[in-house]
Amino acid sequence: MNWKIPAALLVVALAYPLVFRGNFAINFGVLVLFFALIGQAWNIAGGFGGQLSFGHAVFFGTGAYCSTILQLKLGWSPWSGLAASAGAGALVGALIAALSFRFGLRGSYFALITLAFAEAFRILTNALEFTGGGVGLLLPLKRSALNFQFAERIGFYYTILALTAISIGIAIWLQRSRFGARLAAIRENEDAARALGIDTFREKVKVMALSGALCALGGTFYAQYYLYIDPAVVFGVDKSVEMLLVSMIGGTGTVYGPLIGSLLLTLVGEYTRAITDAQGLSLIIYGSLLILIIGFLPNGLVDLFKLRWRRKARA
Amino acid sequence: MDATILGAAVINGLLLGGSYALVAVGLTLIYGVLHIINFAHGSMLMLAMYGAYFLLMKAKIDPYAAIPLMVAAMFAAGYVLYRGLIGRFSHGKDENILLITLGLSIVLENVALFFFKGDSQTVTVSYSDRMVALGPALVPLPKLVSFVASLVLCAALAWFIARTDTGRAIRAVAKERHGARLVGIDVEKIFAVSYGIGIACLGAAACLLIPSFYVSPSVGHLFVIVAFTIVVLGGMGSFIGALVGSLIIGLTESLSGLFLGEALGQIGISLIFILILLFRPTGIFSK
Repeated sequence: MNWKIPAALLVVALAYPLVFRGNFAINFGVLVLFFALIGQAWNIAGGFGGQLSFGHAVFFGTGAYCSTILQLKLGWSPWSGLAASAGAGALVGALIAALSFRFGLRGSYFALITLAFAEAFRILTNALEFTGGGVGLLLPLKRSALNFQFAERIGFYYTILALTAISIGIAIWLQRSRFGARLAAIRENEDAARALGIDTFREKVKVMALSGALCALGGTFYAQYYLYIDPAVVFGVDKSVEMLLVSMIGGTGTVYGPLIGSLLLTLVGEYTRAITDAQGLSLIIYGSLLILIIGFLPNGLVDLFKLRWRRKARA
Repeated sequence: MDATILGAAVINGLLLGGSYALVAVGLTLIYGVLHIINFAHGSMLMLAMYGAYFLLMKAKIDPYAAIPLMVAAMFAAGYVLYRGLIGRFSHGKDENILLITLGLSIVLENVALFFFKGDSQTVTVSYSDRMVALGPALVPLPKLVSFVASLVLCAALAWFIARTDTGRAIRAVAKERHGARLVGIDVEKIFAVSYGIGIACLGAAACLLIPSFYVSPSVGHLFVIVAFTIVVLGGMGSFIGALVGSLIIGLTESLSGLFLGEALGQIGISLIFILILLFRPTGIFSK
């Protein structure tokens, strides 16, 4: 395999905050990597595994609430909370998957049930007392690296870089491993995959657990970065849609699609915020991009790059 | 539990179910024929509600009088959207249609947010506050009207599908699209017509809802998940199922709100949705 692309990307990402030192630039980098992480989490289930989910916010919110509650109620360090939330995300992913796939839900029906689970979690956290209800939870400000609250934004940058690098590493592994090959078989034709002797139920539960764990990591990072979470945001349909958009626009089932999608969407988001106060403009562009990409570039923006490479190779 | 409070909750739940039915019948028609989940249903309803709102505010047309106009306009919008966008861009894949209608709903909602801002608008017509005594409950007249209208709408659609030539063609396409093509039915046109009719129902729904409901760019969210639940519950493609499903969901919402409280009460609908998807994804009326 070609190690040049990931190595070059890593060097660029490591050097970025040293070159662009301003708060705005570093925040921009954090956002790109953050959306690339949760987009990749979605992509691992939705792209590599072929399980279209409309409710990935259920894992994101689980991660955000798990580490925050462990800190507030049990005094855990947010770093142990990060590990715990990955476990919680994997568990919720495996449970939802086991339940849905045991009952044979596929395609659009699976998309609907993930949406229903995210809604159920949103309503529960909104109604229960120990999750802070609709008011949400506020993390006390205690700036220190040990407390996952860096005094300098650059600390957040390198943390999210590490998490995103892990997610991309997992995507690369999925492209090369037997597990990834089994997933591809399931995605292309589930019945044929079963006929080949693949335990499709097991593989699908595994990929949902993996995706849920990664997504929960994003949730904990979000909670530590903003120090405030509430049910409507972390379990909301909008979060699920953001992950899906990043991945669909960049290219589903590809290693770098979510990163490309995230870079483009963050650029559009920051640019429209700079030129207008009116709400909604960036989302109008995202929605139109989604439609155009499904219409003309079914494999996402990644295809644009591939076309150029192919043309070069031919020349 | 006081019998009057319970009775009032039941009546309110049924009336609420009537409003949901207005939104769900169109969705079930679209699902039954095209086998697609129209994620843009809520935002198309929002669009229609703004239409009815501006007809009242700018042209002084009463919402009930605007029904024929809005039905025609929404049919045209649905037909054109399917022909020009959804059918053309989806390459015939169901999951693509789901994603395109999602993209469409993001665009529509945010265009509305861009132009109308996030505030919710309410309208007052002379009959907005008129109350009618119905057993133990006092109910607003517009809610009663929309309940009766939802019954009429379901009956009209069922008649149209059962008795007219277009209805027969729609049923043929829903059952066996390749066979329908072989006997000379223009399948793509029937898809667009069905999508148009499903969206046209929202034109009527918007006019009936607006005297007793607010309108805002995100108003569709309130109906989308509920409408999906109803359509799955009643069996995708069944009008009677959609009507019965709506009443069940309206009752569930009202009663779980009464017993579990405002915040936790909403869980009832999500639970029904999850359980029906798991145990009976073809709906309660399937064999």
